[in-house]
Amino acid sequence: MLLYFVRRILLIFPTLLFVSMLIFGLQQLLPGDPAVALAGEDRNPEVIAYLHQRYHLDAPLPLRYLLWLKGVAAGDLGDSIRINRPVLDLVLEKLPVTAELAGLAMLIALGIGIPAGVVSAVRKGTWIDDAANVFALWGLSTPNFWLGFLLILLFSVKLGLLPSSGYVGPGEDLAGNLASMIMPAFVLGNAIAAVMMRHTRSAMLQVLGMDYVRTARAKGLSARAIVLHHVLRNALIPIVTLGALEFGQLLSGAVLTEQVFTIPGFGKLIVDAVFNRDYAVVQGVVLCTATAYILLNLCADLAYFFIDPRLRA
Amino acid sequence: MSTLALGAAGSARQAPWRRTLRRVASRRGAVLGAAIVLFFIAVALLAPLIAPDDPLATNWSAVRKPPSVAHLLGTDELGRDVLSRVIYGARASLLAGVVSVAISLLLGVPIGLVAGYVGGAVDAVLMRMTDALLACPFLILAIALAAFLGPSLLNAMIAIGISAMPAFIRLTRAQTLTTKVEDYVRAARAMGNPHWRILLRHILPNILAAILVQATLALAAAIIAEASLSYLGLGQQPPAPSWGSMLNTARGFLAQAPWMAWWPGLAIFVVVLSFNLLGDGLRDALDPRATRSVVASGRQR
Repeated sequence: MLLYFVRRILLIFPTLLFVSMLIFGLQQLLPGDPAVALAGEDRNPEVIAYLHQRYHLDAPLPLRYLLWLKGVAAGDLGDSIRINRPVLDLVLEKLPVTAELAGLAMLIALGIGIPAGVVSAVRKGTWIDDAANVFALWGLSTPNFWLGFLLILLFSVKLGLLPSSGYVGPGEDLAGNLASMIMPAFVLGNAIAAVMMRHTRSAMLQVLGMDYVRTARAKGLSARAIVLHHVLRNALIPIVTLGALEFGQLLSGAVLTEQVFTIPGFGKLIVDAVFNRDYAVVQGVVLCTATAYILLNLCADLAYFFIDPRLRA
Repeated sequence: MSTLALGAAGSARQAPWRRTLRRVASRRGAVLGAAIVLFFIAVALLAPLIAPDDPLATNWSAVRKPPSVAHLLGTDELGRDVLSRVIYGARASLLAGVVSVAISLLLGVPIGLVAGYVGGAVDAVLMRMTDALLACPFLILAIALAAFLGPSLLNAMIAIGISAMPAFIRLTRAQTLTTKVEDYVRAARAMGNPHWRILLRHILPNILAAILVQATLALAAAIIAEASLSYLGLGQQPPAPSWGSMLNTARGFLAQAPWMAWWPGLAIFVVVLSFNLLGDGLRDALDPRATRSVVASGRQR
């Protein structure tokens, strides 16, 4: 078991290395001199000269990569050309906003997805199962920015209940913060809920067919006790790992949702950076999200071992 | 006698496909999905014939008019006919879906075949590279690629194709791993077939079904991704119509002209839904594991 642990942890290093190559390689897609592109619209020769020196643009490619990697390893993700601040600061500043949005969305996704999956598996083949499947298809097929529009039309324009945009920090006004986050969180959670529902349903169906469930039924346990204690507990294991894989989906969705509701998080940071040709910020955001994803999935894989005693043997 | 044998072999080769087609046709969802997909393909191809107006023609005397007889779905902020733009928008969406999935297939399937068939260090390196691609969230990677390549529909398609590739690499590799130990592959190897022929003639045809299912579902995801990139301004550039960029402009007029947001969004939803329905139907019909679970649950009841 210890061997598996060590192997699993060591495995993230080559992956991280390739991620870094990929992100460094993005720069090479820019046509012409990257310094000219990085310098933005003004093309100030002084800035270009500075960038040549700052990013060692005159060095050969492999050396440039190593120098860049050395900086990244020390937490230097470069500077934002537009705001003239270190990328790492910007990322850390926006992180709590997106984390709150993602956390609320995950709560909504789990709150809808797992019960819906449990009920549709237990009532397989009935109208409830059909309804849950329709819900899942709806969640998977709705572009989440469009769902955002529909909610804004209903709750902001028609009913005037919730603000259509603008973000209030939880420190200033908690009620205002929740009012500004509830629609975006629902939009984001909706698609994940559909995926979670499908995972839960298939995991439940698999466990429902097991011998020990039949035994529990034969013992005369109530259907409720069987579903909650015997089936759901065992079905939860794959749900945890698959849930971690949805993290990427959550971040992708957050980019669009933040754009629709003008929430100043990660997503807005990368989109604004794209339009301002602030390439270091784009690279920084991709690097941070990819690293977070790798670490989260490592944790989920390790958690798997702690949850399921059979694997520890 | 020889023609008889040939005929029998021919029908035996055809039978699984016909059986599959029958299975797909027996699923209402899949048939509905296929019908709607065909409908949208027809709309995209025949756009110049069925669109009531020029999708680019502005009309300052009919700016942001609600749906009426003259403009069935209303007009946008430049007085352009929304219906015509939705019809022409089908072209960008379907084209983006098909081209980006084709890119994923052309790159992903060969890599997956090689990784699964060769194994060893080659497999390990290719898989770590795939993990790296997979670790970058799909849309964020696509945004980054589109940003560095420059905003255009073609670049959006390349970005989506590359971002969607890891799923195909993993699937093809996994399928190749299970197929390469089958007796018929061993037999083909024992007969001295070169590796490329074993891969192309013996392994690939046997894993095509799974790839087809994945490709159909990937089309749905690619269409949403193109709409998302266009919504962010990184796909189809104005004034050319695409559903995503129409929604981008609609955001500014939600209160005054909500019809600008309804129709392009509804079009994306319906197309993506029908690809998902078709993909689910194909999976149920083609994936032996999925069928088995249906059989098992049938027994339970």
